[in-house]
Amino acid sequence: MKEELIIAGFGGQGVLSMGKILAYSGIMQDQEVSWMPSYGPEMRGGTANVTVILSDERISSPILQEFDTAIILNQQSLDKFEHSVKPGGVLLYDPNGITHTPTRKDISVYKIAATEEAAKMGNAKVFNMIVLGSYLKIKPLVKLENVVKGLQKSLPERTHKLIPMNEQAILRGMEIVEKCA
Amino acid sequence: MRELRLMKGNEVIAEAAIRSGCDAYFGYPITPQSEVMETLMELRPWEATGMVVLQAESETASINMVYGGASCGKRCMTSSSSPGISLMAEGISYLAGAELPALIVNVSRGGPGLGTIQPSQADYFQATKGGGHGDYHLIVLAPAAVQEMHDFVFLGFDLAFKYRNPVMILADGVIGQMMEKVELAPQRPRWTDEEVVQLNGSWAVTGKKNRDRHIITSVELDSLKFENFNKKLVEKYAKVREQEVRYEETLCDDAEYLIVAYGTSARIGQKAMELLRTEGIKAGLFRPITLYPFPEKELAARSKQLKGILTVELSAGQMIEDVKLSVGHQLHVEHYGRMGGMIYTPNEITDAFKKMINR
Repeated sequence: MKEELIIAGFGGQGVLSMGKILAYSGIMQDQEVSWMPSYGPEMRGGTANVTVILSDERISSPILQEFDTAIILNQQSLDKFEHSVKPGGVLLYDPNGITHTPTRKDISVYKIAATEEAAKMGNAKVFNMIVLGSYLKIKPLVKLENVVKGLQKSLPERTHKLIPMNEQAILRGMEIVEKCA
Repeated sequence: MRELRLMKGNEVIAEAAIRSGCDAYFGYPITPQSEVMETLMELRPWEATGMVVLQAESETASINMVYGGASCGKRCMTSSSSPGISLMAEGISYLAGAELPALIVNVSRGGPGLGTIQPSQADYFQATKGGGHGDYHLIVLAPAAVQEMHDFVFLGFDLAFKYRNPVMILADGVIGQMMEKVELAPQRPRWTDEEVVQLNGSWAVTGKKNRDRHIITSVELDSLKFENFNKKLVEKYAKVREQEVRYEETLCDDAEYLIVAYGTSARIGQKAMELLRTEGIKAGLFRPITLYPFPEKELAARSKQLKGILTVELSAGQMIEDVKLSVGHQLHVEHYGRMGGMIYTPNEITDAFKKMINR
């Protein structure tokens, strides 16, 4: 198994922490992992992306130009990364704020209305866990129990009381993800 | 029980410093390595091991504090990024001139000048050929994984004290900023005062008791004496070249062409090599782990079976000079690089590789 993934969106959406939780979950499942953020003079509201690789074998390059999966959380990132998905790969996006939807026909496109759902759940901060849940539904590469362990490892202890809420958001994401025609 | 964590390269430097029994860290913040000191401040090692962590007023001050601590036979270190290392260059030369052990970490970024904050490998010349003035060398270790950031802190201190010479870990923004799985070593206790006297008492300033004075200096006004000192350094570096070469070969046994790359570029180069192999091209990867001493004999031995070498560096081509010196001018050696903080993808390397083959 080897999964090469990019998560891209706005700074503040939890792009980097979602990648970190996924990577930690991979470690809990005895996988090799790498997490490589774009970094620069970046700030809240700017774009942020992270490349995550999960693999059964030693990982070579943390820098990639093609991905098995792209998780896209804003229009700029869709414009930039739609063409970086390998033929036959997966593109998962949140339709919130998207004016030009994905056009490729040689990949599987999925939609997760996570912004909307987070608002319904009354907590905008679980947005990224809804997205993570939808991703894990499409690609069940790590077990939910290991994601919970990943959450325990990557979140500071004072926030551990929020883990059940995050778990709930993950489950909700698994339920509401839709495949686009 | 193994202690596995997901950590950034910079965070690991801090964690490994504490666990290696480091006595003091002196530094000044600069992107992309500020997490080193931030992590140390967060971990508060002065409470657990007594290690000093101090933000100095500048890089110049940091390296001179390292000089002071090292003079007392203590394990001292600093970290910075390219422009900061330039500011330390005088102090580094003095450390080498006074034969002091120290660990210096450079998480390099694009230059010259203040440059960019993104990853670069343009400090190869500075790290391996000088940086500071005079006839000296650093032992230079080039980590290609977050785990090696951890391991080379321990190795770096051990080599620094074995040879009484400053050691540099030359990383870059990618290795510093990315997170990977790391296995952390158990805590190695700091040396007690008695152990410092026992291990380093032959040269360090440990408090004079029933022995001659120890003078830590790099100045000598008698040039004949200083030439003799230079000769001693030459012997030391010869021994380092003899004993401390480290490198890694991947799929080299049947290779017709090699990618030679270190650090981050070796990781990207490995992926490029894997892609080339799927197309039936017999490519191998040769990764120098020590940049000084450069694995010249090992690369020369491997080059006998080759038709060409592509060196891949995030620079205008610096290590390529050592590659050419190692293999001679009979073999075709070509450089491919990106600069200024730009990073190549594996596919860019395969394209450059194919051009080289067809030349």
